[in-house]
Amino acid sequence: MSDAEKIMVRLRVNGEPREALVEPRTLLVELLRDHFNLTGTHIGCDTTYCGACTVLLNGRTVKSCTVFAPMAEGGEIITVEGLSKSGKLHPVQQAFAECHGLQCGFCTPGLLLSTVHLLSKTPKPSEKEIRKGIAGNTCRCTGYQNILKAVRAAAVEMEKR
Amino acid sequence: MYAHPFSYHRAGSLVEASKLLQQLGEEARLIAGGQSLIPLMKMRMARPSALVDINFIPGLSEIRRSDGQLRFGALARHADIEASDAALLIPIVHDCAAGIADVQVRNQGTIGGSLAEADPSGDWGAVLLTLDTSVRCSRPSGERTIALDDFFKDAYTTVLGHDELISEIIVKQLVKNSGGAYLAFKRSAPVYATASAAVQLTLGDNDTCKDVRIVLGCVGLTAIRAKEAEETLRGKKLEEKRIESAAEAARVAAEPQDDMRGSADYKRVLIAALVKRAIGIAVRRARGEQVEAGHEYVGR
Repeated sequence: MSDAEKIMVRLRVNGEPREALVEPRTLLVELLRDHFNLTGTHIGCDTTYCGACTVLLNGRTVKSCTVFAPMAEGGEIITVEGLSKSGKLHPVQQAFAECHGLQCGFCTPGLLLSTVHLLSKTPKPSEKEIRKGIAGNTCRCTGYQNILKAVRAAAVEMEKR
Repeated sequence: MYAHPFSYHRAGSLVEASKLLQQLGEEARLIAGGQSLIPLMKMRMARPSALVDINFIPGLSEIRRSDGQLRFGALARHADIEASDAALLIPIVHDCAAGIADVQVRNQGTIGGSLAEADPSGDWGAVLLTLDTSVRCSRPSGERTIALDDFFKDAYTTVLGHDELISEIIVKQLVKNSGGAYLAFKRSAPVYATASAAVQLTLGDNDTCKDVRIVLGCVGLTAIRAKEAEETLRGKKLEEKRIESAAEAARVAAEPQDDMRGSADYKRVLIAALVKRAIGIAVRRARGEQVEAGHEYVGR
């Protein structure tokens, strides 16, 4: 594809302005990983199922394997790389670490963003709200119990702040 | 996975979107939330030569109430509808919006896209067919409003012209003593339902069924209006035996196919059970009871 058929995508990623000239079929997750070298966002199923590629787009979670990059033009993206601040883990990351809410870690970036989104909308989620909030994220290691614990712990910790 | 290459065009208005579709020809397609279209394109089951993106058209995602109507902009996301006051007025709309796929898909997918896609397993078609729904459409020659009853032609096929797009979905507010429920059974959150049942009814005196609509999802090329099932209830007292008969009529009306979600026989049994339960919940809601309903899957 010639450069003429490519399209310039400009957006903010983790607070920084970024741009890239890409083929329109480039997926948001490919833009992040291959063009911006932000490989914390994972590609799991690549079929809108597993949620490993979840990022925040304008404050809402999306599966970045199911957004063409030009559709995110002008958007504000937060990836897992944008969660910690000056070397200190985000409370959701801290809770996942403390509760052992991960084993292999492949699904973790997506689950962290889904949890951040859930708690931003519902600071004190019920058990049902937690389950519904992370239903779009598949983990093949933990059986979810420790993930649920981590979400509960993160909610408690964030309430204190 | 890479979609087949396409050219990308951003529309700034409904008129511009129509004109772009006209100029770009039959192989061009609209994209709204993309939650059905993008997976199809990645699997190369859809290979449009051009995409016209309508996500940047201002004002197209509003949800408004006016003159006894709820008006959903074509770009209203499922999550916006779930959280809207409008959905509280029509519980079956909330049942649907709150359970489509998962949070991420609901944040991106749109009501207009769902109707225009006309996926046989789509949720909105079945739900909105139980209500008095019309679809406002825009094309270069002007606007028209189509009753949803006349909107779907076949699987993935609607009456929309190539250069025509949905601007708004208009739903009449419920009359008194009405209740509805949408039950969709699925294996897990992100997948399409195996079968779904939408029931909307109005109670008359002495527990009679003054009016009713029953629509079956995922068990035919389009959502199926189960008119015989409705007739077993309309004007009659809502007794257990009659509800059983309606469920049986729904089982017969279904036209399911064997697939990875289950055998045709299994889906018939499932649809009868869902219709029976949806009628029960619709009746309780019509009486003013608060009842939870929606998509059901293991672990919910």
